Amino acid sequence: MSAPARTPAGAPGSLTGPGSGGVGDDAARPDGTLKVRGEFAYGSDLWMEDMLWGVTLRSPHPYARIRSIDVGPALAVPGVKAVLTSDDVPGEKVYGLELADQPVLAVDVVRYQGEPVALVAADHPETARAAAARIVVDYEVWEPVTDAITALGHPHWNQVHDGTARVTELSRESAHLHPEGNLVRHLKVRTGDPAPTADVVVVNTYEVGMQDQAFLGPESGLAVPAEDGGVELYVATQWLHVDQRQICSALSLPPEQVRLTLAGVGGAFGGREDLSMHVHACLLALRTGKPVKMSYNREESFFGHVHRHPATMRYEHGATRDGDLVYVKAEIYFDGGAYASSTPAVVGNGGTMGIGPYVVPNVHVDCYGAYTNNPPCGAMRGFGSVQTAFAYESQMDALAAELGMDPVELRCRNAMEQGSKAITGQVIDSPAPVVELLRRLEAMPLPGAAPDDLRHMPGGVSNTTHGEGVRRGIGYAVSYKNVAFSEGFDDYSTARVRLEVVGGEPTVTVHTAAAEVGQGLVTVEQQIARTELGVDRVVVAPKDTQVGSAGSTSASRQTYVTGGAVKAACEAVRGRVLERAAATTGRPVGELRLFDGAVVADGLELPLAELLGDDAVEETLEWRHRPTEAIDPETGQGFAHVQYAFSAHRAVVDVDTELGLVKVVEMACTQDVGKAINPQAVVGQIQGGTAQGLGLAVMEEILIKDGRVQNPSFTDYLIPTILDMPPMRIEILEYADPHAPYGLRGVGEAPNISSGPAVLAAIRQATGLPLTRVPVRPEHLTGT
Amino acid sequence: MRLTCTVNGTEQQVDDVWEGESLLYVLRERMGLPGSKNACEQGECGSCTVYLDGTPVCSCLVAAGQAEGREVGTVEGMATDEALHPVQQAFLDAGAVQCGFCTPGLLVATDDLVTRSLAAGAPPEDAEIREALAGNLCRCTGYEKILDAVKLAATRMSESAR
Ligand code: FES
Ligand code: FES
Repeated sequence: MSAPARTPAGAPGSLTGPGSGGVGDDAARPDGTLKVRGEFAYGSDLWMEDMLWGVTLRSPHPYARIRSIDVGPALAVPGVKAVLTSDDVPGEKVYGLELADQPVLAVDVVRYQGEPVALVAADHPETARAAAARIVVDYEVWEPVTDAITALGHPHWNQVHDGTARVTELSRESAHLHPEGNLVRHLKVRTGDPAPTADVVVVNTYEVGMQDQAFLGPESGLAVPAEDGGVELYVATQWLHVDQRQICSALSLPPEQVRLTLAGVGGAFGGREDLSMHVHACLLALRTGKPVKMSYNREESFFGHVHRHPATMRYEHGATRDGDLVYVKAEIYFDGGAYASSTPAVVGNGGTMGIGPYVVPNVHVDCYGAYTNNPPCGAMRGFGSVQTAFAYESQMDALAAELGMDPVELRCRNAMEQGSKAITGQVIDSPAPVVELLRRLEAMPLPGAAPDDLRHMPGGVSNTTHGEGVRRGIGYAVSYKNVAFSEGFDDYSTARVRLEVVGGEPTVTVHTAAAEVGQGLVTVEQQIARTELGVDRVVVAPKDTQVGSAGSTSASRQTYVTGGAVKAACEAVRGRVLERAAATTGRPVGELRLFDGAVVADGLELPLAELLGDDAVEETLEWRHRPTEAIDPETGQGFAHVQYAFSAHRAVVDVDTELGLVKVVEMACTQDVGKAINPQAVVGQIQGGTAQGLGLAVMEEILIKDGRVQNPSFTDYLIPTILDMPPMRIEILEYADPHAPYGLRGVGEAPNISSGPAVLAAIRQATGLPLTRVPVRPEHLTGT
Repeated sequence: MRLTCTVNGTEQQVDDVWEGESLLYVLRERMGLPGSKNACEQGECGSCTVYLDGTPVCSCLVAAGQAEGREVGTVEGMATDEALHPVQQAFLDAGAVQCGFCTPGLLVATDDLVTRSLAAGAPPEDAEIREALAGNLCRCTGYEKILDAVKLAATRMSESAR
């Protein structure tokens, strides 16, 4: 393997950091000082002396045939070094996370507005942009398919279709986008009585708009051509090895020649699980023989990554008069947009988790993912579950109202607990404290009435109300989310751990490819190594493809799976060190342990510096969580998920019912995290997840009209500011999951799932309106 | 065009600046100071906040030429080699840094707020902090720990001023 020819300025180095804190401590981040000094190099900060800038020409149309592309005028612009189209892709022309269906650059047809068509490299970004604008593309514009239900040819609710409608049944608007049809996946769950009846039935249809991850660091990276004909890519991403696989296939290069290193990542939330500029920058670098940097601006970022699937969901809940759930029927449609991305997994979560953490004997779920000409949708924090939670929790409130019951009582009455059966037939074999999460929320004090200060009113200092027409509401919601990859996926991580003495001090180096995206995994890696090896100085090596895959930083899985791998590698290193100490001291291994840089036992303290001398002890291993299995395609039954995360929220809102303005007064959250490896970081995940859930409930939506994005900017796509976020109360429970390392549970997604439905419930209580669509807009509240 | 200005106390001169380049672009791409961030380049996120003659501005909205002859202060100028600025330390201690992309802009905005408040005689209250930082987006933290960090910085800075 040849070394890179040159290294870009700011390329990620090893992180050492402050040097204390084991499992369970509020250890400080090893990258924190770099970040506050402005010295942490994000993908967009990398720089090389003679680098070029790459830009992307994107389709202005949601659906069109490309008759011809003329790159001549762009090539004629001084300063332009290369212009590429799909003809210049040497390998496979399509890629994808689960199904390879997305073109690296459009081949004959564009299927969404913003689809990459051509690339330009030039010596200044403005030159490249100006040149891209001069590429002439002749399009034959087609009418886009813009609705998932239409795309599937499903004319009515409550009808089951095992496949896509035949072409002859399709209306003109639901033309096939892909050769196999417009159905990406249909998941069925069938338990109990197929035709159940109940005393009380509530039926509603819900809609969730398209949310954007809106990470602040734009998609960016730098590709450097290497002397061996390969390429080094420094990139802000979520899963280096799945990127590498797709890049190799597009470039027709072996993995040894496509070497990735993680650049600083400015947030991810799922939006970096698919490729963005990765292959493009590599193509330009290989063509020009120069380093090529690509960095999207905010508008391009809205087109450059997948979004959260919008959903349309019909739910029917039946219960006894006492409030026992008898059955749930759910029909769920996810709009996957033009390419598959992670739609199959989104359908998997939406379907198997789709009725919430409740015990229901008779369940009938049909969950569909469809292709349309809307922007591609894929991973975003809590995927599949965020959407369905709005529906199932709204249904629980509607049912409680119908029964005249308290909504929390109804939830507690039907809540799952350890030993309950999920709708997949899977027994919940670790703590499931749903009732306790809700009861603890109820017991928390409620905020007082808003002080007589404009800044605390809906509308704030815009002076829209002084309290007249303002009503308060309180809402509760619970979530549960599968942690890590499900349905039989071989989900593993690789860790390399090395113990040696450097400058007289025992030093551990942890090397994994697990992407640090802001959540603090690098801190967790250090904490685990300190706890397992009794050594304070722990170096985190740069994240790259020189070590095996760590799997994705998604599905709340890295602390569990990469944490598990680091723990296991540390144990292997410890085993070897203790054997050596046993041989040296004659004491049995069982009496020895590692503590504070030494091997210790009763009356023995053997410093590692003395024991190891110049030798290093290194172990690399792959670690897997217990296997899951595929579900039955007809019934949805099977051991689908390895672990569940549970959280609950209580939201308190003030609503100006005349103007439709919402002020969230307080959010309270309880979550079972099994074991808080870093309590400060756990709280940070809960706070951040709560904010994103609140955002979807009241403001965040990518507006699409005829397949076109209407608001690709932070001026028009609003995310919560510090004025929108209320104070939060948080209680963390730690009921160990006996199957997981340290008993921990994945943390990141659950709070993102329960927060929005709680806000929606609170607004509903304040206004008395049914509110079946999020985000809730002022006009939904005023009826105008 | 040639641009001459003072950045973090050092005079800087760059040639061949295009008319359309922002102060943010020149800092990041021509002066080797990428600490100020580029999350939107539209004046909506505050990640590019720098001091211009002592007043915080979104450097993505400032044409490079407007900085001619003026003093620019960026996140790179806050710490000394030995010690972090109290605002930087407070952000770390409070756990207010996750991905950190919002952090450089927030540090400058917080320094301005706390300095002004303390000069006026009192540390900032919650409502003032929220108003002052309303132009700085953060997608990771939900802002609670940012509020904690601002208050911690104000406490430490007022103690050290005494
Ligand atoms: S980058 Fe300047 S305000 Fe966003
Ligand atoms: S820490 Fe990531 S945007 Fe604020």
